[in-house]
Amino acid sequence: MNGPTLFGLCAAALIGFGLYGLIVNPQPLRKIIGFNIIGSGVFLLFGTIARRGAAVGMGGDPVPQALLITGIVVAFSATALAVALLLRLFDEGGVVTLASEASPTEAKADPPDA
Amino acid sequence: MTLALAVDIGLALLILAMAAWTIAVRDTFASVIGFVTYGLLLTLVWVRLALPDVALTEAAMGGGLTGALLIGAAARLRRTEATVRERPGVLTRTLAAVLSATVTAALSFCVLNLPDPAPTLAPAAAAKLGSTGVGNPVTAVLLAYRSMDTLLEAIVVLIALFGVWSLAHDRFWGGCPQLRTHADSEGILAYFARILPPIGIIVGVYIFWIGADFPGGKFQGATILAAMWLLVIGAGLAYLPPISRIWLRILLVAGPLVFIVIGFAGLVTAGAVFAYPDGFAKPLILAIEIALMPTLVLALALLVAGAPQRMPPQ
Repeated sequence: MNGPTLFGLCAAALIGFGLYGLIVNPQPLRKIIGFNIIGSGVFLLFGTIARRGAAVGMGGDPVPQALLITGIVVAFSATALAVALLLRLFDEGGVVTLASEASPTEAKADPPDA
Repeated sequence: MTLALAVDIGLALLILAMAAWTIAVRDTFASVIGFVTYGLLLTLVWVRLALPDVALTEAAMGGGLTGALLIGAAARLRRTEATVRERPGVLTRTLAAVLSATVTAALSFCVLNLPDPAPTLAPAAAAKLGSTGVGNPVTAVLLAYRSMDTLLEAIVVLIALFGVWSLAHDRFWGGCPQLRTHADSEGILAYFARILPPIGIIVGVYIFWIGADFPGGKFQGATILAAMWLLVIGAGLAYLPPISRIWLRILLVAGPLVFIVIGFAGLVTAGAVFAYPDGFAKPLILAIEIALMPTLVLALALLVAGAPQRMPPQ
């Protein structure tokens, strides 16, 4: 067992944790956090692959490193958009929930298609 | 077992515990704080993996800006988040746990069976490093070998910002985004917002400049500068500009535009799109980075600030 393998396994576990959080937590903001934990797990997995590619005096393969930096920036942008959508939803209804049954007022405003 | 491996195992356990707590804790605000801590621990992992460029990005972006964004959202949503008490049933939770465990097991199997020796592009990246004029191979990949990725990344950041802006109410279109501030103008936050930015701006510009030859670069530097701007605004010492300002819009598109112009000029001067003519690689890379810097600082800070929420005072 060496460092990269250890963190690779850690990344696999993080992806599992994030996936569980994404499915189980009912609040949308918690789902965004769960999704970000999956994302960071994927980044870490990719990072261990970058580290394994260390050669010619470099600490890691620079190509996956550059893609990781790109990935982290894009993940932040996507998170910001998701949060903005969530806040707009909150402004509209005052309630943000993905609960299965709609509250009576919501049901009245938006009758289900029969 | 060596000391280094013991540190790695401790760090891995700590980060797993933090992730589990972030997922499991009841209060959303606590979960957000957990996520910020998790991001900082992840930065240490990047350092341990000897990937300092990624570590800087993670610290600035994953822990810093994402943290600020989520804390702001959690504070606004606190009332509604607290009312959600409905949890999925035992069956759903069991199935979710089984699915997650399966994914983890499959990925672990892949990690343990990665090819040895690992494939690497490091020798190829090192071979042409001299012709790019930059000393940091990661910067060479970002701005010479695979500069198309970086251009598209900058455009993605801009598109995300347009997406956020388009969520504004019609009556606030063209108005100012607003951070929630409860700052006391004589308080400690206002004090820090006066003391910290001069140091932060120097650190940010330094990290941007040093990125050509050592770990660092425009994304990390831009994030630090954006954080300094947000700190001043969060302390109530300055206000965000209305999104209808012409100078703002010009600066936002200037970076990608310069990038595209230099990229396509390569068709004439060097025979391929995104190729640099011999001997001009370094100045052209520098021109792109300098043009991208204001775009990134503004776009990243405004992404955290969110959709416009009030009209500018007349």
